[in-house]
Formats: sequence, C-alpha cells, structure tokens
Amino acid sequence: MSWDTSLLWQFDVLILAMVILCAVAALTIRDLVSCAVVGGAYSFLMCLMWTEMLAVDVAFTEAAVGAGVSTVLLVGTALHIKRRSRD
Amino acid sequence: MKQIAFLIICAIGVLLLVAAGDFPDWGDPHSPASVYLSPHFIEKTMEETSVPNMVTAVLADYRGYDTMFETIVIFCAGITVLTVLRRTHRKKEKIARPRPSRKDADIILQAASRILVPVMQIFALYVVAHGHHSPGGGFQGGVILGASFILMAISYDLKMVLKRLKEKTVLRLSGIGVLIYVGIGAVCLLLGGNFLAYASWSTLLGITELEAHSHGMLGVEVGVAITVMAIMFSLYVDLASGGDLDEGL
Repeated sequence: MSWDTSLLWQFDVLILAMVILCAVAALTIRDLVSCAVVGGAYSFLMCLMWTEMLAVDVAFTEAAVGAGVSTVLLVGTALHIKRRSRD
Repeated sequence: MKQIAFLIICAIGVLLLVAAGDFPDWGDPHSPASVYLSPHFIEKTMEETSVPNMVTAVLADYRGYDTMFETIVIFCAGITVLTVLRRTHRKKEKIARPRPSRKDADIILQAASRILVPVMQIFALYVVAHGHHSPGGGFQGGVILGASFILMAISYDLKMVLKRLKEKTVLRLSGIGVLIYVGIGAVCLLLGGNFLAYASWSTLLGITELEAHSHGMLGVEVGVAITVMAIMFSLYVDLASGGDLDEGL
C-alpha cells in the first residue's frame, strides 16, 4: 500500500500540518505550562497519525503515555520551577 | 550567532528531508525491515502462541526478555525520581519555595471525576486483560490505571488519595510487578525450559503448550501493569508536590 492509497490522505495532510504547527508553537511559546499543554496536543495529533498508519497499539500507547500522563507530569513540574523560559 | 545556528539547522533539515526520500515506501513488503523476521511473526504467531494480537505476542513472548528490562527501566526511573526529589526530615529545612496556591475545591471537577474514575479503572483492567486479543496491554492499562489515581489527586486532594493508597504500598506494588514478571520467567527455568519460555508452564497448569503461551503473556502483562501503575502515580506524587507529598497541582 503506497502513500496515496492510504485511508483518506487529505486527513493525513491536515494532521501533518497541525503536528508541525504544534511543534513550532511548543518551541516558540515562552510559558512552560502552555508549552507542556501544546506538547500534549502534539502527542494527541501523533496518536491520530499512528492510527492513520494502522499502528493501533502504538497509537494507544501514545494517547495514554504521551498525551495523558506525561502532559500531567510536565505541567506538575513546570508549576514548581520558573514558569518563563529565557531563551 | 543565532543566524549561524539557524542556517546550520536549515541545512541539516534539508539533508534529512533528502535522506528521507531513500526510505522504503510505507508498508512496502520488500523493505529490509519486513523481509527478515516479520513474515515469520505474521504467519506463525497464531499457530505458535494462539494469540491474535501479534504486536503483544512479539512484545511479551518472542521478545519477552526486552520487555522485562523495559519494565525494570520504568521501575528505575521511578526510584530515581523518588531518591532525588523526596524530601525527608533531614532535607526539609533546605528549601522553601513559594508553592502554587490552591483555591477552593471545584464541585464540577469533583463530581465529574467521581463518575470518570471507576470507568477509567474498569477500562484499564479490560485493556490489561484483553492485551493479547485487542490493542493494548500491560503498559497502556497500567498508565490508564495510574492516570485514574492522578485524576483523583488533581480533582480532590493529594492527601486524600495518599490516605487510601499509601506511599509504602505504591512502592511495594512497583517492586511486586517486576517480581511477577521475573518470577514467571524463573518458574519456566525451574520446570526445565528456557527463561520466559512459557510453554513449560503447561505441565504445571495442566493445559496445552499453546494455552500456556497465552496465559504466560497475560501473567507478565499483569506484572507490567502493576509496576507501571505504581511508578506513574509515584512520579506524579513526587513531581507535583516537589517531594513534600503535601499538596499536588
């Protein structure tokens, strides 16, 4: 199965664009808590991407670990250190 | 300086994009990754292990040794965070940072989590128990189970959860999970098979070797789930309270 016969390639392109948007946003935002939340959104979009590639087990792990628990851990940590990044 | 760094990153980005063109197509059956061992896994998993989900079969059976050490990595990560952050009586006077202030309890959040937490926990147990038949398994189920406790700690109070699930219990559970995994492998050795070769369990349980593979996988998944659940909760507790265990987010 090549790329153009995958499920709904328009959907793929949309997700890919949003993944790049989230990645750039996570790098440019100065506030670390917002950064963690944008990172969670990035993980969730990656989870959609894995589902689109029919890797359901990976998608499940990404949703549970990447978008779920690690976002909480990052937010919890960011609240304890200086919230604004300097660079 | 910044411009130079930007230029270097752009050059490397272009290089990576050009190199990515050499990758085999997505799902290409002739790519090197899918000609060596993958056909064996795809064709023989059902005959050899009687497990429909071949991802779990590869993870927990064919490469059970890898997964065992992945579990131990998670265990070590949790223990390291605990060692670094946990504030004992001795370390207590050292730092007094301003803590995020906590307003009054939010009744909507509490009511919602009261409904959500039991559903999450049942779903987590389903994910663990069905790991070898549908997507999921020990890691995912354990994370969801840990997340349900974290949700309780966020919406109510860290102390309320720690009263019900003591720190000592959590740490014991994280060790017990690893021991379950290693124990299942060690019993195989005692029964005369290889380490983590679940077929040897068939004589002990009185089942066929195929069923023993399936049950063995379920057993190690339970061990993984217990460790991951305990470590995720322990990580949250230590990171969000800064090691004091007094108040979370």
